Amino acid sequence: MMPLPWILVFLPWAGALLLAALPPRGRLPAFVNIGISAGSLLVALALLGHEHGVQGWTRIDALNLPFIAVAALIGLTTAIFSAATVEAETFDGLRARAYHAAFQVFMGAQALALVSDNMGVMWVAIEIATLASVLMVGVHGTPAAVEAAWKFFILCGVGIALALFGTILLYLAAQPVVGSGDPGLSWAALRAVAEQCDPGVLSLAFVFLLVGYGTKAGLVPLHSWLPDAEAEGPLPICAVLSGLLLNAALLAILRAQSIIGANPAALAPGPFLIGFGLASLLLAAFALWRRRDARRLFAWSSIEHIGLATIAFGIGGAVASLAGIIHLLGHALVKSAVFFAVGAATQIKGSRQIADIGGLASSHPALGWGLALGIAGLAGMPPFALFVSELSLVAEGAARFPWLVLPMALGLLVAAAALIRALHALCLGAPTPDQPVRGAFALPGGTLWATAPVWLHLALAAALGFAAPPAFTALLRAGAELL
Amino acid sequence: MSFGTPAYDISHLLGGGVLLLSFVMLYQRRIGAVINAFAVQGALLAAAAAWQGWVQDAPGLYITAAIAFGAKAVAIPLAFRLLLGRLGQHKAVETSPGLGVTLAAAIGLVGLAVLVVLPVTAGGATPLARVDLTIALSVVLLGMLAMIARRNAISQVIGLLSLENGLILAAIGVVGMPLVVELSTAALVLMLAVVAAVVVFQIRDRMDTLDTSILDRQRGDA
Repeated sequence: MMPLPWILVFLPWAGALLLAALPPRGRLPAFVNIGISAGSLLVALALLGHEHGVQGWTRIDALNLPFIAVAALIGLTTAIFSAATVEAETFDGLRARAYHAAFQVFMGAQALALVSDNMGVMWVAIEIATLASVLMVGVHGTPAAVEAAWKFFILCGVGIALALFGTILLYLAAQPVVGSGDPGLSWAALRAVAEQCDPGVLSLAFVFLLVGYGTKAGLVPLHSWLPDAEAEGPLPICAVLSGLLLNAALLAILRAQSIIGANPAALAPGPFLIGFGLASLLLAAFALWRRRDARRLFAWSSIEHIGLATIAFGIGGAVASLAGIIHLLGHALVKSAVFFAVGAATQIKGSRQIADIGGLASSHPALGWGLALGIAGLAGMPPFALFVSELSLVAEGAARFPWLVLPMALGLLVAAAALIRALHALCLGAPTPDQPVRGAFALPGGTLWATAPVWLHLALAAALGFAAPPAFTALLRAGAELL
Repeated sequence: MSFGTPAYDISHLLGGGVLLLSFVMLYQRRIGAVINAFAVQGALLAAAAAWQGWVQDAPGLYITAAIAFGAKAVAIPLAFRLLLGRLGQHKAVETSPGLGVTLAAAIGLVGLAVLVVLPVTAGGATPLARVDLTIALSVVLLGMLAMIARRNAISQVIGLLSLENGLILAAIGVVGMPLVVELSTAALVLMLAVVAAVVVFQIRDRMDTLDTSILDRQRGDA
């Protein structure tokens, strides 16, 4: 039988073939999509009990397991949200097929990026994820969507090319020690021999990998594709781009960082990560103030949070790395919840301008309060995981790099204030009139298809911060030790 | 393998040829000429891959060579030619910015590649790998320059494609690199997708011209 990690990859890919073949009439594809995602979640949960270690090209360890579980969960809730909103996207037959199939191709590819031990396979996985997400972003075919997809394609195409160059350099550095063959690109093998590798080539490799995968992770100044992609693609795409793609790319950077970091003579990766992270945090914090489009606003907030996590990994050490991991997981959960709520609101109000969406809490209490809590969570308010991670990150930063606290606190405060302003505008005050898009939430249950995922994510994000089961906390700690 | 042996000299020659073609692409004014230069570069790359396959006794590289030849020397140039024909833009001319500035920048970038790679690899790597890597990095950087210097969608994509040629050149020059065939094929799939996207969108005339500056009007509030 196929090993479990590969099932996690090939189940969605087989599902993609099925979805491409199914006649796109009625609601069948949307429900098949939910079924495949539910199956993937079961496989991901089964993986939690899988023994750790390398198995061919894949590896299961404490670093990737939590991400696999959260990604599969977000995949399922996104598929559920998608089923209720896809009618209002008004796809024709071909586009509906392409959209559903690309979604599952993307899910399989990001799973492969997470489980791969071989840096070459990881590169191929992130490339496939790029192709699938470009297809999803451009699927509407409107000029704005085409532009967003084109920008995404060209920027990430260059990024992914640079990452391949970095991967080749990584092997070149290790070649005199590991010889030829597959182990030359294995993360475990490279890490073990990193100390004997040529530090110069390793440093060069890291620079290319950081810039290459950093483009995909949305780090400033390589971020400009992200707001467009999230604003112009179909609604559910925002949740998986922000929640899964950015995490997978950042994890690739972390794998590279831990190889380079194992060689004391090579470049220290920390300052680079802190630099990129601070730039992302500060630019995004100020950019948040100027957004009028709700989806772009939260895309910028993703840049801010990825920046924060990057700073955490740049500081390094068990405490900061743990904060970074919790931050990434918490951000994925809360941000996808916010995108579900904002997506539902844009379909209900018929506009994605913040000015046109107002008073959600009084007109649609379950949705509005869910959105309000989610935005508060993104702003770093308790009781969510982001509060815990930001607190421990700032404390650790203050202890280790006191100068870092000022810019970090500035970024956090400016961003939080902008988000709270958006919270007021979107959720509180007098409700704006509803102008539902045709076909929005036509399934029995109405907006429950959005509110249930929102509240589930919020509950999990709160649990991750304050009531995680001890076994899961131990797993996260072990993951942080690996870095 | 060092200077003076045929294995080294021929790899060096082919690699140098690929780099030379990157320069040729930069100073063409007509898009048709850019496409021709790209086709020749693809053929040279295929020859370099085949030569490395023979020198390293790695049969997999012959597959890389065959794929590179089929796609880059034949299929992609042909597709772009047909597209230009349909759009009636055989003679399209573009000059932004000046060619002198572009070429000066290109020479600067090659110098940068030499300054970055040679000192860094002074320790362990073989002489061939060092020179190969310098050339490959130069091709990558020139590809990026071509993407920045041109505003036409087809020439931008060709810049990206020649950047990818540089990657393949780097991969085949590293002796014993695992997954070379797989990685180069995967990279090619990405490039083919980009080409397909251009062809599809141009033919559906979403954009009336090939000028990507038209896309700049479609900005949200970014």
